[in-house]
Amino acid sequence: MKYIDEYRDGDLAKGLAFAIGREAKPDCRYHFMEFCGGHTHAIFRYGIQDLLPANVRMIHGPGCPVCVLPMGRIDGAIHLAKQPGVILASYGDMLRVPGGGRESLLKAKAMGADVRMIYSPSDAVALARAHPDREVVFFAIGFETTTPPTALAIRQAHKEGLSNFSVYCNHVLTPAAISSILEAPSVRDLGTVPLDGFIGPAHVSTVIGSQPYDYFAEEYRRPVVIAGFEPLDVLQAILMLIRQVNEGRFEVENEFTRAVTKEGNMKAKALVAETFEMKRSFEWRGLGLVPYSALAIKRQWDQFDAEARFSVPEFKTEDHKACACGAILRGLKTPADCSLFGTACTPEHPIGSCMVSAEGACAAYYTYGRQRRKS
Amino acid sequence: MKLDLEHGVVEMAHGGGGRAMAKLIETIFLGNFDNPLLAQRNDQACFTMQAGRVAMTTDSYVIQPLFFPGGDIGSLAVHGTVNDLAMAGAKPLYLSAGFILEEGLALRDLAQIARSMAAAAREAGVFIVTGDTKVVEKGKGDGVFINTAGIGVIPDGVAPSGERARPGDAILVSGTLGDHGVAVMSKRENLAFEVDILSDAQALNGLVAAMVAEVPDIHVLRDPTRGGLAATLNEIARQAKVGMELDERAIPIKGAVRAACEFLGLDPLNVANEGKLVAICAGDQAPHLLAVMRAHPKGADSAIIGRVIQDADCFVTLKTAFGGTRMVDWLTGEQLPRIC
Repeated sequence: MKYIDEYRDGDLAKGLAFAIGREAKPDCRYHFMEFCGGHTHAIFRYGIQDLLPANVRMIHGPGCPVCVLPMGRIDGAIHLAKQPGVILASYGDMLRVPGGGRESLLKAKAMGADVRMIYSPSDAVALARAHPDREVVFFAIGFETTTPPTALAIRQAHKEGLSNFSVYCNHVLTPAAISSILEAPSVRDLGTVPLDGFIGPAHVSTVIGSQPYDYFAEEYRRPVVIAGFEPLDVLQAILMLIRQVNEGRFEVENEFTRAVTKEGNMKAKALVAETFEMKRSFEWRGLGLVPYSALAIKRQWDQFDAEARFSVPEFKTEDHKACACGAILRGLKTPADCSLFGTACTPEHPIGSCMVSAEGACAAYYTYGRQRRKS
Repeated sequence: MKLDLEHGVVEMAHGGGGRAMAKLIETIFLGNFDNPLLAQRNDQACFTMQAGRVAMTTDSYVIQPLFFPGGDIGSLAVHGTVNDLAMAGAKPLYLSAGFILEEGLALRDLAQIARSMAAAAREAGVFIVTGDTKVVEKGKGDGVFINTAGIGVIPDGVAPSGERARPGDAILVSGTLGDHGVAVMSKRENLAFEVDILSDAQALNGLVAAMVAEVPDIHVLRDPTRGGLAATLNEIARQAKVGMELDERAIPIKGAVRAACEFLGLDPLNVANEGKLVAICAGDQAPHLLAVMRAHPKGADSAIIGRVIQDADCFVTLKTAFGGTRMVDWLTGEQLPRIC
């Protein structure tokens, strides 16, 4: 595959691994968090940990939109799917995620709800166009990457006068989640959780640019290296982070220059700002309530807001008591430390958020890294 | 009354046991599957089997779309069952064919499906000797469902079976992986994309005959259909209570299949195949078996992709081309594409 294989080259990986081994000081321990599930997935899928020295540890952050969505919101989507006349359109990896009652959209579908898997919000608009007698609700989730397409879909529906299209909005914001992790007393005041730097998001940063991370580097004195999702990107970013730590720097560096600029995608940002506004607070699985961390549809577009159109009860579901996801997302524990991991909690029957999608730390560890437990 | 193969559709009467049904069977099935056993038109086929071990299998086909690049539900229904027999090392002889037709299915499509079943059977050297037709109301089926059962004879000294994989054995595949799954997905209604990939659906009994003639003691043969190579190897590892180590660089996958999987967020090792097999044999016999497979037109891209090891956890692991190691696990539920 042109322009992809180049970023997965085994020989180049060896060279980078050698440089990391040479530059990582043997008497130092390095703890880096990759925020994004895309990076977590790459680290496990390509076995990147095998190429790192023992004193460089990766902490898998909360950047998996499927994982951090609280079960109550999934129950909300299932509730919408069951309304008479509704077609619920959803991205594929949301379908299997269980809500509070252990029901999922796939199970609701099996029981007769009309749930359709789509690839793009424009597919949901097309469904609304093709079924004027039905109510099409798009289950919108994701970070800043998937928000502009949702905004576009709302604009398109408005332009076409589609009165049967609406969006169940669950878009969340990256910087707020990073703040929440860094603000935790264990990181900020007590220093009991070492967190020496961040690998910054790839696709999210193509939209928001590298600028929003300046604050973290300055305020929390932690280096940030924005990196692509390919395995060589990840290795290169780790090397850049080690260099910053060794030199006592805490800057925002951009490894992903082929796609990320300082300002980001101005057009997309403007579109999002015109369509959405901040929610005062939003619940994240694993992180709890995070202020100003999610988006709601602006009032002027509320004819397209499924929550304004249908009455969606607020479902409250607590995470399992023994679940260690919150601690894992904050770097306090690893998946193997959790008593539920691999026994009660598996990808087939996920109990915690990190097990529900391939991008979650526990699912990636279970699917790709279980053999490591032995060594 | 003549069947209107150009504009006609399947009606409830075609399953009613009356003249309409007889006409449908005569025109579409008997004409295409023409053979002396079927021509007797009894409720069963009677034949003599030679002494020895016999293999029997059944499989139902419910694929959508019915027609896909490189095949259709008809050819698949023959290839799939022939291959299930061949994976016992058997020479497939006879098939049955049961059709569940949905009211409204175009007779033109049904005739096309029957023609490709006949062509696939001819090519594989098997006969469709008995059958059944039912019609269900519109909305109660998906165009057509086909069940085929098959029977074949196994040569003496040939006994491949999942539990026979042993540490030290070599793992071979007969060609590129993921072609069928990607070809079918590219034509799904909500997923249409342009890709220059044909399904690999084909009968493997010829290839297997060549393999067991040269290396009769093949320990395991299996076709990695649903769930792909990953599911097949995990099944075998569990059956034989062994582990496996694969080398990603050695696994043949077409560039276009890798690209499509990349785009859809799928792992080619989980994607279905319909014309490929996995063979496991003693390590010292592997080079010879590989040469035999490569010499056959249906095994030209064969490769040795890994080895069987001792492992109480029955893990299948992969040395990545990037230089790391990872598990190759079963799929969780249905294969669903990722968001980003």
